[in-house]
Amino acid sequence: MAFAGRLGWSALSLGVFVALWWIVALVVDSRLLPDPPTVVRALVVAAETGELIFNLLITLARVAASFAIAMLIGSALGILLGLSRTADRLLSPWVVLFLNLPALVIIILAYVWFGLNESAAILAVAINKIPNVAVTLREGAVALSRDLAEMARIYRFGRWKTLRHVILPQLAPFFAAAARSGLALVWKIVLVVELLGRPNGVGFELQSSFQLFDVATILAYALAFGMIVQAIELGLIQPWERAANRWRR
Amino acid sequence: MTAVSIDIAAKTFPAAGGAPARPLYADFALEVADRSFTALLGPSGLGKTTLLNLIAGVDRDFDGRVAFSREEPRIGYAFQSPRLLPWRTVLENVTLPLPKTAASLTRALGLLTEMGLGDAADVYPERLSLGMQRRVALARAFALEPDLLLMDEPFVSLDEANADRLRDLLAELIARRPTTVLFVTHDSREAIRLADRLVVLAGPPVRIEQDVSVTLTPEQRTMPREIDRFRETALGLTRGAVA
Repeated sequence: MAFAGRLGWSALSLGVFVALWWIVALVVDSRLLPDPPTVVRALVVAAETGELIFNLLITLARVAASFAIAMLIGSALGILLGLSRTADRLLSPWVVLFLNLPALVIIILAYVWFGLNESAAILAVAINKIPNVAVTLREGAVALSRDLAEMARIYRFGRWKTLRHVILPQLAPFFAAAARSGLALVWKIVLVVELLGRPNGVGFELQSSFQLFDVATILAYALAFGMIVQAIELGLIQPWERAANRWRR
Repeated sequence: MTAVSIDIAAKTFPAAGGAPARPLYADFALEVADRSFTALLGPSGLGKTTLLNLIAGVDRDFDGRVAFSREEPRIGYAFQSPRLLPWRTVLENVTLPLPKTAASLTRALGLLTEMGLGDAADVYPERLSLGMQRRVALARAFALEPDLLLMDEPFVSLDEANADRLRDLLAELIARRPTTVLFVTHDSREAIRLADRLVVLAGPPVRIEQDVSVTLTPEQRTMPREIDRFRETALGLTRGAVA
């Protein structure tokens, strides 16, 4: 019921967006702003050749790999910074530096130093994301409750029980925040990485279409990818967040 | 089931936020007998909670030693605030410190039922009233079958009726399974109701001002008049006195 309600609102909101687009496209009447049916036709064409699915899957695999690496390293780094003042003093200038380094610089340097290959691409995306995750998780680690830590020690929870029942639940909202902003950032940067140095993926296809001024295909890919990201948000991140927060009043 | 011998040469509260370091304890000694119920009385801010933390081993920053008559006693600690894990159910909060056995589960459920929390076992703590949360914290401390039970004003900020019910429950649980209890409070009536020894602290630095055995029978302890009379004769407090 609640899920249907949320879906209804999303549908309404998207419907308004499509209607506006259609009206503007009719008014402008240009090849450079195709109307929705044209984009859907381009989508069907790309889907029939199998290219759409292939490129989407490749891009998603890159997103998944760099996202996982960034979350893992970023969380570990952030928790370390939050718990150790020495580590924070020593490493936080680095974090600030990487936080403000333009994505493009990291991508270009990764390709220059490690070659135009898959690992360089994924590494570049992950490095762009790691400082964001670290900063978010540092907040969480700083806010960990000392009262509960004492309780766990007195009741002899041990390392594993303390981690699972005391520490991770306190960090859960910070993981969720890092994951959400992380996914948005990662999939944007993955496209740039593909555009600059990969022979396939959504970013590469966008570049090819750009050279042909094929706006319909560009929008078709954007649409397909947008829907997938939306599905991940609605189907994965939001349910997980609700499950992690069900104890709240 | 353990005796505790506390010997603090020095414990200082570190300087913080511009305030200078202040000595809390200097040459302080206290012997607690096995299976005794000792109430520690004294004004707030004196360092009673610190003393419990030294005994519990969470504060190791002091000169001196705390010795137990048995190795690694199981310690149950009822904190001033309940300190439950809000993301675990009432039952999980009680069973987490216990070994994962069917017996633990049965004991936890039995205790919760006795405390009137049988229906709340699968509820998250933040949905309960403060009084109920305190009962859960008590159940957690008891389910462990502790050798030593530390209690830090566990009934403070409850209404009198609720606090009285919990005191009766505590007396009953201890009568059934005697254990060594150190009970911090600033309410001398509560102390007389429950304890068999009152240690009145003053300071700083903390020293023992009075050390009295409570000689009332279990029946007398339930009578407010008897408690007031004992308070007057043993502690020299008149009826109107606040402490």
